[in-house]
Amino acid sequence: MPGALFPAYPVRVLHPPLRPDPLIEIDHVTFGYDSSRTILNDVNLRFVRGQVTAVLGGSGCGKTTLLRLIGGVHPANSGRVVFDGEVVDTRDRPQLYRLRRRLGMLFQFGALFTDLSVFDNVAFPLREMTDLPEPLIHDIVLMKLNAVGLRGAAALKIAEVSGGMARRIALARAIALDPELIMYDEPFAGLDLISMGVAAKLIRTLNDVTGATSLVISHDVPQCMAIADWVVLMATGGRIVAQGTPAELMASTDPEVRQFVRGEPDGPVKFHYPARPMAEDFGLGAR
Amino acid sequence: MGKKGIEIGVGLFVLLGLAALLFVALKAANLASFGQADSYTVTARFDNIGGLKARAPVRAAGVVVGRITGIQLDAKTFQGVVTMEIDRSYQFPKDSSAKILTAGLLGDQYVGLEAGGEVDNLAPGATIKQTQSAVVLENLIGQFLFNQAADAGSAAAPGPKP
Amino acid sequence: MGRLMGRLTGFVQGIGARVLASLQGLGHAALFFVGLMAVLPQSLRRFGLVVTQVYAIGNRSLVIILASGLAVGFVLALQMYYALVTYGAAESLGLVVNLSLVRELGPVVTALLFAGRAGTSLTAEIGLMKAGEQLAAMELMAIDPRARVLAPRFIAGAISMPLLAILFSAVGILGAWVVAVGLIGIDAGNFWSIQQNKVDIWRDVGNGVVKSMAFGVICTFVALYQGYETQATPEGVAHATTRTVVISSLAVLGMDFILTALMFSTP
Repeated sequence: MPGALFPAYPVRVLHPPLRPDPLIEIDHVTFGYDSSRTILNDVNLRFVRGQVTAVLGGSGCGKTTLLRLIGGVHPANSGRVVFDGEVVDTRDRPQLYRLRRRLGMLFQFGALFTDLSVFDNVAFPLREMTDLPEPLIHDIVLMKLNAVGLRGAAALKIAEVSGGMARRIALARAIALDPELIMYDEPFAGLDLISMGVAAKLIRTLNDVTGATSLVISHDVPQCMAIADWVVLMATGGRIVAQGTPAELMASTDPEVRQFVRGEPDGPVKFHYPARPMAEDFGLGAR
Repeated sequence: MGKKGIEIGVGLFVLLGLAALLFVALKAANLASFGQADSYTVTARFDNIGGLKARAPVRAAGVVVGRITGIQLDAKTFQGVVTMEIDRSYQFPKDSSAKILTAGLLGDQYVGLEAGGEVDNLAPGATIKQTQSAVVLENLIGQFLFNQAADAGSAAAPGPKP
Repeated sequence: MGRLMGRLTGFVQGIGARVLASLQGLGHAALFFVGLMAVLPQSLRRFGLVVTQVYAIGNRSLVIILASGLAVGFVLALQMYYALVTYGAAESLGLVVNLSLVRELGPVVTALLFAGRAGTSLTAEIGLMKAGEQLAAMELMAIDPRARVLAPRFIAGAISMPLLAILFSAVGILGAWVVAVGLIGIDAGNFWSIQQNKVDIWRDVGNGVVKSMAFGVICTFVALYQGYETQATPEGVAHATTRTVVISSLAVLGMDFILTALMFSTP
């Protein structure tokens, strides 16, 4: 129902964790692209297996950087990123590629290969990483496309699909190899309400049906609260403000949390960008 | 354009390139003219090789029979030593002579072979004994002036009449 | 006085910083090249990718290369004729055009055209793939984008350039033949026989082919590098394509000088 804070989903199964240890552990990680800005500051997080964890926060708080660290794109300045018990070492290329085969990532705008068709895009990981025969690949691709509701669009070219469709195709590609970890970078950004609902349903259903672990990076509070099992709220400067179940965060009395989940324009996150006093800027000095 | 079409296109492109290479090599360069396969080496000594360069042709009666492969100075006799490769199907008598000639008036220089009369032929590695050096312009002018002076002298002092 | 010194030190520091930045850029490019070479064998095994790229890079450049070759052949024949006929050496027209094309103009002009046509399209393509996060997506799928995307294009460029250059020369010679024999009336037999006598297959044609191979490597590498390192914005891509053409052209001309001096210094 539009407007409700918690759109109701018929299927929401919280699997008890199959194993007690988290799939991903972010252990005292500090990271910055260069020495002047630290994007993540001594962050500690654990992502439980089989659950949908949402990382919320405003732009520039380091959420996407978190995904890049988990994927091993950049090495952390200090601390460790642990994936299924193995410390992610960005210099060890074979290990990196081994770990990356177990994850699927959905990029913000799809990042589809524009020179291939929809079918070839979803078939890409299968053709590159496996030796499966073409008839089998054909069936798997159509099944994945069917899971996202786009089996009929298999023959289209990427230039012919809309933004929402592109993201669904990218999702089909991300799950082509049935990964254990699916990461979503801003899956709801720029979508209309229908597409948002579709995306949310897909994320939740995929997670439950395949038993994968999902990590959703977003700033869309209603959708995330509806589908997540665990929510982490981050603020600019890469620190964790709060974490908990959706209900806990919605009921929190922390001013930062309240401002974010209610979308209040001014509060701990200031409305005004830091500036000189107004008198100086407008030339109203003491006469 | 399907995959097959692309491959055909690329195949045509490569074929075209190779055809161009073949065309340039055969019709527009000297590939067809001389193969180095069956040849024997012969040397000749000249007082002055003039403007002779390596890879210049060796001709007999104007027909190309070989190529110059090397030019060196003999440090003892101070003569130019020219090494040449001659096609094995052309055998020259031992007393053949080698002259340095010019193709046309201002053209490149080449070595011209004139067959001698001996029964035995030049063996591989042999040296041609009879040689004629290149015509050097300064020497020619000097000779001309000398002749002029001699004529003037003989005109002034008439020789004994028969 | 103090301010002057301050300005001076600032200026020198600026120069120093720029020199260091250029050195760093050069080093980065060299490492990129080495990394590309390292994944070449992998891409050679997937020759289908290379073939597709040869089509995109080579076949698509055929029209401009052939047209330019023909035009250059025509013009060379006309211009050289006027110079040669004053010395009574008009018969050597074929030879002069042939040597000009095969030794110099074929490789160099083809390289410049290639940089403009294929180089810019490569830069733009790679730049936009990077902007659209396609390369990052590939990387996170545990597929090395250098092996899958960059190396096939590099091999295709290195293969296409020599072919295009020799096509340019061949078509130019034919164009000169049309003008010389057809238009001007030089004897056809002489036209070809002088060339066959004087143009050496290894020294002239062979060196020209070696040159075009070197240029192919240079132009393709510069194009790929600029595309890969571009900023993911429209202005970034625009700057990158400009840099591709400028750097490729300068590098080709510089390399041409070096190679010519090496190959043709002794007559």
